[in-house]
Amino acid sequence: MLDGRSQVRRKVGLRLWLSGGWLLLLVLAALFAPLLSPHNPLEQDLFLGRMPPFWEQGAEPGFYLGTDSLGRDVLARILYGARIALIVALVAGGLTGLIGSTLGLLAGYLRGWVDVVISRLIDIWMAFPPILFSILLIAVLGPGLLSIIIAIVVIDWTRFARVIRAEAMAQGAMDYSASARVAGRRRLSTMVIEILPNVLPTIVVLLTLEMGIAVIVEAILSFVNLSISTDDPTWGGMISEGRASIHQAWWVMVFPLVTLFLTVLSFSQLGEGLKDRFDPVLR
Amino acid sequence: MQLLRSFLFRLASTAITLIGVAVIVFFVIRIVPGDPISMMLPPGATDEDIARLTALYGLDKSIPQQFLIWAGGVLHGDFGMSITARRPVLELVLGRLPATLELSIMALVIAVILGGAAALIGTRERGTKIEAGIDVGNGMALSVPDFLWALVLILLFGVAWPVFHISGRITPSLDLPFATNFYLFESVLRLRFDLWADIVSHMFMPALALAIPLAAIIGQLLKQSLKETMHLDYVTLARTKGYGENRVIIREALPNAILPTLTLVGVQFTFLIGGTVIIERLFSYEGLGNMAIDAVINRDLPLIQGIVILFAVIFTAVNLVVDLTYALLNPRLRHA
Repeated sequence: MLDGRSQVRRKVGLRLWLSGGWLLLLVLAALFAPLLSPHNPLEQDLFLGRMPPFWEQGAEPGFYLGTDSLGRDVLARILYGARIALIVALVAGGLTGLIGSTLGLLAGYLRGWVDVVISRLIDIWMAFPPILFSILLIAVLGPGLLSIIIAIVVIDWTRFARVIRAEAMAQGAMDYSASARVAGRRRLSTMVIEILPNVLPTIVVLLTLEMGIAVIVEAILSFVNLSISTDDPTWGGMISEGRASIHQAWWVMVFPLVTLFLTVLSFSQLGEGLKDRFDPVLR
Repeated sequence: MQLLRSFLFRLASTAITLIGVAVIVFFVIRIVPGDPISMMLPPGATDEDIARLTALYGLDKSIPQQFLIWAGGVLHGDFGMSITARRPVLELVLGRLPATLELSIMALVIAVILGGAAALIGTRERGTKIEAGIDVGNGMALSVPDFLWALVLILLFGVAWPVFHISGRITPSLDLPFATNFYLFESVLRLRFDLWADIVSHMFMPALALAIPLAAIIGQLLKQSLKETMHLDYVTLARTKGYGENRVIIREALPNAILPTLTLVGVQFTFLIGGTVIIERLFSYEGLGNMAIDAVINRDLPLIQGIVILFAVIFTAVNLVVDLTYALLNPRLRHA
């Protein structure tokens, strides 16, 4: 759903700073969650269930963003949820990028049967509905952080492979790579030393976008209740719980939703901003 | 001749893709832990009962054997029996397909209208604050996927200002005179506009959530091509003939600018259909995707297989149709 972006071109500027700033804030929140959060995110207190946020009537002092139906502090759960979201973003995004880019480079630069096999695999992968595929994989692997990361890598490597294959093909046709070969460099070392640095900016942009997608996939899987155990604070799980009691306690769903929204928006805007910055035509 | 040859080549390559999908999904779901047979039997069932049912569904054979039996059945139009519903998979899947198709098509129509309007207005008002506003809106819409838009819409128009239904496909208490499952189309044909309004009010929120990212893509790409076309000589000529700006954009520039958007919309439409899985779940909409998630949760192996294959067939068919349309519309390819 995010693949039309290559067609788009906009100005560099403020949004790079805004999105970077929000993500930095999130990293700090994740790192210092135990210091920042006023309560234990797992601590339940049924007498304090569904307390509204601090500016509303009947709020409980110290629970700034209110509590959920089990009396757990919403703010603490959002802060700790940032840890899971960022781990998924970094690890799943990184591994997806590594595997997808490697396959894309090999297919685009080596061509021949390697390209035939990898391109065929990409075609087959594109024929799967991705969300259904990820739900299926979690059913196979069992719930848990590791399963989510594996599912994201297995499904999303094609995003990198498709783009990097095309880039590597274009770079491989240029004179500099031919001269590297004439100068006696071998194929694989040409690929790594000459081609890779030239497709690296594209990889960085795709990686940023992929991190946003990974956060969303984790939220979707928690929402369908296939992610991590329901106790662990995940934004998707919180949204899912909040959806059930939306008419009684809107804050349980709204705060994690806003956090998730801003995070996904930031990753994506950061990616777009970096793309413009790397684009030599615009620079 | 060239066109026919490349079409046949595409058809063969599509067939290979579908076989690949079938093989992968067949083997993946068979390593799913959890035994579907013991889940469907009451707690007191004997080992004998379990063995008998396992044999009935063919689950006692080796996986490659199971695949050959299944593939043989598929060639005769037999996709096996659903374990939970105990009815033919094909019947269940075809029963739900209309709901998902109607939702996807409605989303596509909304996306084309919103995106097209954004592109046309942006082109007409190019260089102004209006265009800048449209760009910002497009950027936002594009950055956030359908799942989040759906949640935002539920909050805004289902909870804060409840004007649309956010659950189901039609109000359950209504009497349904339909002979097919294409409720939306049939309600129009039967001139039952009361039912039609109820269905649309259920479908609008999920369809809009699916449409927002695609609308942004259409808006941006079409506006870009339109603005490029507006600089061409023949458009200037049209303008010197005294045609108004609206006519120049719609009648002269649009036909030439629309081709790249058309190809992209095809590919993006398959992403939209893939998105129905989670959107249907969110809105408790009784379509294929919702059934698919239930099937995974219940470990209904034959049903999962059937649904995934059907999705793959839809995706590849859409891509095939887009390629053909492109070939027919693009004069350079037509005469090649």
